[in-house]
Amino acid sequence: MPLLRVESVSKRFGGLEALKDVSFALYEGQVKALIGPNGAGKTTLFNLISGVDTPSAGHIHFKDHDLGGLTPHQACGLGVGRTFQHSKVFDDMSVLDNVKVGRYGRSGAGLFSAFFTLPRHRREERDITQGSYEALRRVGLTDRAGELAGNLPVGDRHLLEIARSLATEPTVLLLDEPAAGLNNDETDQLAEIVRRIRDEGVTILLVEHDMGFVMNISDEVVVLDYGQRIAEGPPLMIQDDPEVIKAYLGEDL
Amino acid sequence: MAAVLSFLKRHSAFIGFAVVAMAAPLFTQNIYYLSVLAFMGTRFMIVLGLNLLMGQAGQISLGHAAFAGIGAYGSAILTTRWEVNPWAAMALSALLAATVAGVIGVPTLKLKGHYLAMGTLGFGEIVYILLVQFKWLTNGTDGISGIPSLSLAGIDFGKPQAFHWLVWGVALIMLRISLNLVDSRVGRSLKALHRSEAASMSLGVNTAYRKVQVLMVSAVFASIAGSFYVHYVHFVSPSSYTLTFSVILATTVVIGGLGRVWGAVWGSILMMVLPEFLRQYQDYTNLVFGVMLILIMIFLPGGIVSIGGAADALRRRIGGASGRSGGDAAPEGGS
Repeated sequence: MPLLRVESVSKRFGGLEALKDVSFALYEGQVKALIGPNGAGKTTLFNLISGVDTPSAGHIHFKDHDLGGLTPHQACGLGVGRTFQHSKVFDDMSVLDNVKVGRYGRSGAGLFSAFFTLPRHRREERDITQGSYEALRRVGLTDRAGELAGNLPVGDRHLLEIARSLATEPTVLLLDEPAAGLNNDETDQLAEIVRRIRDEGVTILLVEHDMGFVMNISDEVVVLDYGQRIAEGPPLMIQDDPEVIKAYLGEDL
Repeated sequence: MAAVLSFLKRHSAFIGFAVVAMAAPLFTQNIYYLSVLAFMGTRFMIVLGLNLLMGQAGQISLGHAAFAGIGAYGSAILTTRWEVNPWAAMALSALLAATVAGVIGVPTLKLKGHYLAMGTLGFGEIVYILLVQFKWLTNGTDGISGIPSLSLAGIDFGKPQAFHWLVWGVALIMLRISLNLVDSRVGRSLKALHRSEAASMSLGVNTAYRKVQVLMVSAVFASIAGSFYVHYVHFVSPSSYTLTFSVILATTVVIGGLGRVWGAVWGSILMMVLPEFLRQYQDYTNLVFGVMLILIMIFLPGGIVSIGGAADALRRRIGGASGRSGGDAAPEGGS
């Protein structure tokens, strides 16, 4: 049984049909890439899966749940983690504090515990710190924990977003253009980290324009164009698919 | 011993401030000065709550006078009309303020930026108009007089010194718990949702709940301050809870420093002390505040609490030496 099943999902914004009857499945332990030209509906689909938006039609099944109509924090609680295309790192907070926010849903000390530093607060703060360092270790940012997030170079910012999301202990991690703005070395390093995260048991769905990265890392690729799924399969097959070549490169080539 | 020393060191700013605040009445018998100090304490409570709302969670309120008004009128009405115990009246008023904050918070905190400012401003005006118009309950613009002093176990808090210690004792507790909040799971979630609601939600933070909750906390702080105030001056009228007061409160938070709990301390002190020096130019007080607000927003966006850090940065820039990264000497880590 697939971990995540997107079933005939459509999304309309007024007159614009951003997604039309899209279906695919994501199996546990996979790295699956979602590719397509700008405006194909990739980020829209991410928003539907992570609870930011609700599908106009169709269903998104995750484990035993229907994600439609859930809020982002509920989706996160079920095990859907995500990063953003445009970095939403908390710049003027430390790297460690950024990741600590990710432990929010895995702890529960409320207002009064915090006000009066009750035992629950103190116990959880230890766990939160420990869990955050663990997440930083997984992306190799441990020694930058004390720095202001805003001082990190772009590659490390992507890694911080991933660490923050890993701190929520996701079952599936949605990565929105993690390789954007990275040089070749950084991209290779990122591929290494993504593979390791997958090996540690996190299923990955990613949107990416860097085709070298996508082909290198993905088990399967879904291609969207104008909100429709035009192809799905292993990277090598997708590369030679005439529909895909047409969508990407136009008719001329 | 080492543990005690490290505790003292970690909390040196708070302990130092607490000692100064509690010792102040020992140095003056002047009732006027004592009153100014005590009112600084009640003002500080409101500003502190608003600092959590605006500075930590990034949600502006231009109607906060209303919550102080609810506390003030709640205490006044309950104690003069129904002879409710003043402490019980204070608690009931705070409960009412929290309820009102919860009810108006759900719709208004969905608004952002200017819209939230307008929404809260409207709320403040509505409360003010109700205070004026519900004459059967509030006595309209004439106000309510004869509000009793607070007392407990034979201590009469109508006396300036006792009142000072009571108010500042409570204010210091509020400061302590606010500092604690900042460095906690809830505090971090407020800071995070201030910076990006989308990112915070994706990390599991129930932002809508947290925003309403911090508004309720700030309403309770303001309400308690309002209650203390009327038990000391024995009189309340709607003119104390106008839009002007709301704006002064928000200005105090910004001038003191958004984002740092200690900003509420410095802002309250400055905004209470300055008018005393400007006494003979009273007409220009608001003008001075306005100019100060503009200057601070341009040259010192972190507020006066950030003067130390800004001076360091300036010295470093002039000296050309850079060593410390993000050097920010926040007392108590109260950023």
